[in-house]
Amino acid sequence: MKAQTLYDKLWDAHVVRQEADGTALIYIDRHLVHEVTSPQAFEGLKLAGRKVWRTASILAVADHNVPTTGRAQGIADPISRLQVETLDSNCAEFGVNEFKMSDVRQGIVHVIGPEQGATLPGMTVVCGDSHTSTHGAFAALAFGIGTSEVEHVMATQCLLMKKTRTMQVLVEGALGRGVTAKDIALAVIGKIGTAGGTGYAIEFAGSTIRGLSMEGRMTLCNMAIEAGARAGMVAADYTTINYLKGRPFAPHGESWDKAVAYWHTLHSDDGAQFDAVVKLDAIQIKPQVTWGTSPEMVVAIDGRVPDPATMSDAVKRHAAERALQYMGLAANTPITEINIDKVFIGSCTNSRIEDLRAASEVAKDKHIAANIKLAMVVPGSGLVKQQAEREGLDKIFIAAGFEWREPGCSMCLAMNDDKLLPGERCASTSNRNFEGRQGQGGRTHLVSPEMAAAAAIAGHFIDISTIN
Amino acid sequence: MQKFTLLNGLVVPLDRANVDTDAIIPKQFLKSIKRSGFGPNLFDEWRYLDHGEPGGDNSKRPLNPDFVLNQPRYKGAQILLARENFGCGSSREHAPWALDDYGFRAIIATSFADIFFNNCFKNGLLPIRLAAEQVDELFKAVTAHAGYKLAIDLERQTIGAPDGKVYHFEVESFRKHCLLNGLDDIGLTLQHVDEIKAYEAKRRAAQPWLFA
Ligand code: SF4
Repeated sequence: MKAQTLYDKLWDAHVVRQEADGTALIYIDRHLVHEVTSPQAFEGLKLAGRKVWRTASILAVADHNVPTTGRAQGIADPISRLQVETLDSNCAEFGVNEFKMSDVRQGIVHVIGPEQGATLPGMTVVCGDSHTSTHGAFAALAFGIGTSEVEHVMATQCLLMKKTRTMQVLVEGALGRGVTAKDIALAVIGKIGTAGGTGYAIEFAGSTIRGLSMEGRMTLCNMAIEAGARAGMVAADYTTINYLKGRPFAPHGESWDKAVAYWHTLHSDDGAQFDAVVKLDAIQIKPQVTWGTSPEMVVAIDGRVPDPATMSDAVKRHAAERALQYMGLAANTPITEINIDKVFIGSCTNSRIEDLRAASEVAKDKHIAANIKLAMVVPGSGLVKQQAEREGLDKIFIAAGFEWREPGCSMCLAMNDDKLLPGERCASTSNRNFEGRQGQGGRTHLVSPEMAAAAAIAGHFIDISTIN
Repeated sequence: MQKFTLLNGLVVPLDRANVDTDAIIPKQFLKSIKRSGFGPNLFDEWRYLDHGEPGGDNSKRPLNPDFVLNQPRYKGAQILLARENFGCGSSREHAPWALDDYGFRAIIATSFADIFFNNCFKNGLLPIRLAAEQVDELFKAVTAHAGYKLAIDLERQTIGAPDGKVYHFEVESFRKHCLLNGLDDIGLTLQHVDEIKAYEAKRRAAQPWLFA
């Protein structure tokens, strides 16, 4: 048989029916649901008198709108509250499993899926959220969908789609000191651009990727969408399997053994052909910092803000000029001379236990700089928070002047009360530095958790690989 | 879903690359549990000089005169002309809902982000990819001529310009069929209930842990 890519295997295993023009009906194993993109889908079902095809495939949680302080008082903002209450009532009405705001298992949808073992190798995983690509770290075919498709999956357990092209991002070698999966992700985006992966499913492979923990692989796949790829994925191996063992939704006993045997087949075959291959040498990757309003506007920490005048492509030059103006930065400024006002450690990119451990390591026995107005740590889930507290990480952060919050999306997109004020500059571990993303007029620089913590201590960006 | 067949519409040029979904409809407006009413807040942060909140009265807000949508000559535009990677960012369907609610029926750009592209078709909006030189040409023409209109014929997959020039565009046959006929995807899929059930039964037998 022809050598297959991981994507080919996952695709073939899910085709229910195939049209002549290549459009296929694809079966969906897991559907994750949150409060922002589901109300109109539930409403559509009700209006059409349709039922949910397989309620057990759905796991719901509120994350985008939830407050990160004072949970006991409920949600103050009436519009946010209505959205969360609407999710609660829809889940109750349709019999969908939901982790409510008061549940310790509540958290960011892309953190809790894997944490619960609700994301498994070989699955198709969808969610009305673009960062669903995160779940591909488990050798799953996972991608974000719009609300019409949320409704479509609820009603039919399937999606209509066409096979995409495949891209292999091959990273080989050992990572330098202080260089993380986040830096790999940003370096890839810097190299191929935010549209470089459009129309592709990306598989991350190579010795560097095999050496990453599941947390690191999730960070990487999470950012696949920022490179334009709807899906990112990593082959299943012992790291994947060990992570899943014993998780509540993962198989147990005999079923576990059967599953593991199958999961071992979930990798690209030797000699499998990709439509595109991008190679990176791990040792060349330095800690990354974005300087503009698109994740592709990124440089290494020892670099400078680029000068638009040197850009030959007019569209790029224009975009860079706009970005510098929005970001309040002068061309050629060394990145390490950029002072910041706020620090956000959280989001589905970097809010897992390993991220918090790494950041706390940097913050330990230190204090945030005088110019930092707010440094906050928002764990990805109630269980991550609990684990961190067991390890005493909360105490380290609090002693260093950070705020220790309740789980949710928080200042990743500022739909709740956590936002930047106009002109404020933030070192953020999230995934998008778009204009206004963290609050109108706010300026976002994307970095790894270590780099964010180091920037909080120094008051400006600083090369993590040069500090002790 | 609204059908899309022929459109002879006024064009507005939005000369930016990487227009993201946060720019198309800022997140404070995503708190709505409805599908409609997003039009007044389309491009909110670019369109108005103040900060908009959901449920606010948009008619009294100060407009940004420099933003292209606010220029009187583009009032009533149904075709949005943009650059590369339009609609990047989130999967929120609020972005096409807002464009649709504002009155747009088609978007012409060099390239689109995948999820956004897909979401457009589900909402009767036609996203059209043209080559960078063609998009450039259109930008020049639109800015040079007030009242510039394009005639889009989905059936024939053509865009007719006032100077007689005709641009051909690609569209997947299945999507074209659905758009031309205003077909609802769910209804179409449910014609294959038996196949879905058969597939599901097979899967349940082979990988029972997925159904626990
Ligand atoms: S943490 Fe940010 S990117 Fe992730 S799901 Fe929440 S809002 Fe989206």
